[in-house]
Amino acid sequence: MNDATAAEVASRSGVTAISVDRLVVRFDGNDGGVTALSNVDFEVPEAGFVTMLGPSGCGKSTLLRAIADLVPVSDGEIRVFGRTPEESRRARDFAFVFQDSTLLPWRSALDNVRLPLEVGRRGGVELERHAEPEDLLALVGLEGRENALPHELSGGMKQRVAIARALVQKPRVLLMDEPFGALDEITRDKLNEELLRIWRETGTTIMFVTHSVPEAAFLGQKCLVLSAQPGRVRGYPDIDLPEPRQLGIRDTLEFVQITSHLRSLLEVAE
Amino acid sequence: MKAVQLAGRGAATGTATGTAAGPGRRAGVWRHRAPAIVAAVGLLLLWQLIVDGFGIPTYIAPSPLQIVGVFAEEGHILWNNFWPTLLEAAAGFALGNTIAVALAVWFVHSQLAERAFYPIAVFVNTIPIIAIAPILVLMLGNGYEPKVVIAALICFFPTLVNMVRGLKSVSPQMLDLMRVLSANQAEVLWKIRLQSSLPFLFAALKIASTTSVIGAIVGEWIGSNYGLGSIILEAMYNYRAPLLYAAVILGAGMAVAAFTITTIVERRVLKWKPGNVI
Repeated sequence: MNDATAAEVASRSGVTAISVDRLVVRFDGNDGGVTALSNVDFEVPEAGFVTMLGPSGCGKSTLLRAIADLVPVSDGEIRVFGRTPEESRRARDFAFVFQDSTLLPWRSALDNVRLPLEVGRRGGVELERHAEPEDLLALVGLEGRENALPHELSGGMKQRVAIARALVQKPRVLLMDEPFGALDEITRDKLNEELLRIWRETGTTIMFVTHSVPEAAFLGQKCLVLSAQPGRVRGYPDIDLPEPRQLGIRDTLEFVQITSHLRSLLEVAE
Repeated sequence: MKAVQLAGRGAATGTATGTAAGPGRRAGVWRHRAPAIVAAVGLLLLWQLIVDGFGIPTYIAPSPLQIVGVFAEEGHILWNNFWPTLLEAAAGFALGNTIAVALAVWFVHSQLAERAFYPIAVFVNTIPIIAIAPILVLMLGNGYEPKVVIAALICFFPTLVNMVRGLKSVSPQMLDLMRVLSANQAEVLWKIRLQSSLPFLFAALKIASTTSVIGAIVGEWIGSNYGLGSIILEAMYNYRAPLLYAAVILGAGMAVAAFTITTIVERRVLKWKPGNVI
């Protein structure tokens, strides 16, 4: 970490990791359907950390799920390193972290981290690039708990395992859907700091959905604010805070100014 | 009432001696089991006293001692008829559950199959097993086959229903995860669905372990000259109450043993379930 972190090196390249162009997502229903997202435009630079904020029901999760090929695109275009969501899913370009840790309860922490290496090989996925599961558990601070079953781990530890599992295939993009939403504040703070450390060390591009304004400001280099029904981009401000960020930064005037700006965008969004 | 009081006192003394003798674990087990043991012994004593005291004839209700006598004198008859029934119950258990699990896997992967065959399975289940038995004897003859099929039928339905529920019990997020990993249907089945269904499967297997014995005995009632079922009928026609009771006890013992074995296997297989840690 002397000169430049992995994240800094990668971000200098100027490559676009995710580009979303006039995206529309409609859900068909009996009563004519709902438009969840309308004309959403934005880009995420390689090795960037973008948080996504918006009132509940604004389609934050839908947007993330559309990028992950879990929700079909009705109109417009999504590209992940130039590929369609389906292509990039098959190439394992991205990994997804859910709000619920979605660990297999019968597998040890280590075997849960191994899961992505065991499945999906037949779809033409080549897995020559992958990290050692043991190293990843150490990276997320779970050394010595390799053989623990999920029910023996706390909520925060389970989410750490889920993050390690997402990183095992060395994804270029990490999509996180309110991963710390169900955790208590102390655990959440700690995991926020560690996520930033992991991001700096791995240089992975991260998109992070949250409903917490301080979390969005603390983690993101940029914050995408969406309005509700249908989801539209309200603002996409840069968050200029000194790096590397530490939790204490949240007490500074700069930070408070940023969060109040984000809140004002949210009020317009409501 | 009396038995309960007795049990309470038995437990108290048991604890005292247990802790004095050695490790607290044994004392704990004793405290846990003692009420049931003391109550059972108490009831048997009561039964013996009533039969002796009121001079009840043996063919109406034999005393516990007379039943023990049957085990001693006619043990070989009981034993020789125990094995066929056990074999039928075990074969029926295996057959019925295997078919139920296979069908459940098919139903979960094909909505059409589920819509077509689930109602039929429900219908077959509503026919009383006693009514199906004669049909099966006509079809399959007098040997082991109809008994195995009856035992299988009786196991089949609870396992099918539970297994379908179990295979579907996977959370939507888990399926999303597998989709993000580009996993195919077979991988979802082997890595996720089957494991998730195990708690449901074992709930059904515990039911099936006892009902398969009932199925085998009922099958033997409809035309058979061997097995615990036929002993029960024969003993009834000949007013041999002690033999009848002994056969019933043996049948119940078989069911309890099957249930216990299933429970032990469940505990080993489902170690990951927090509720199953004893």
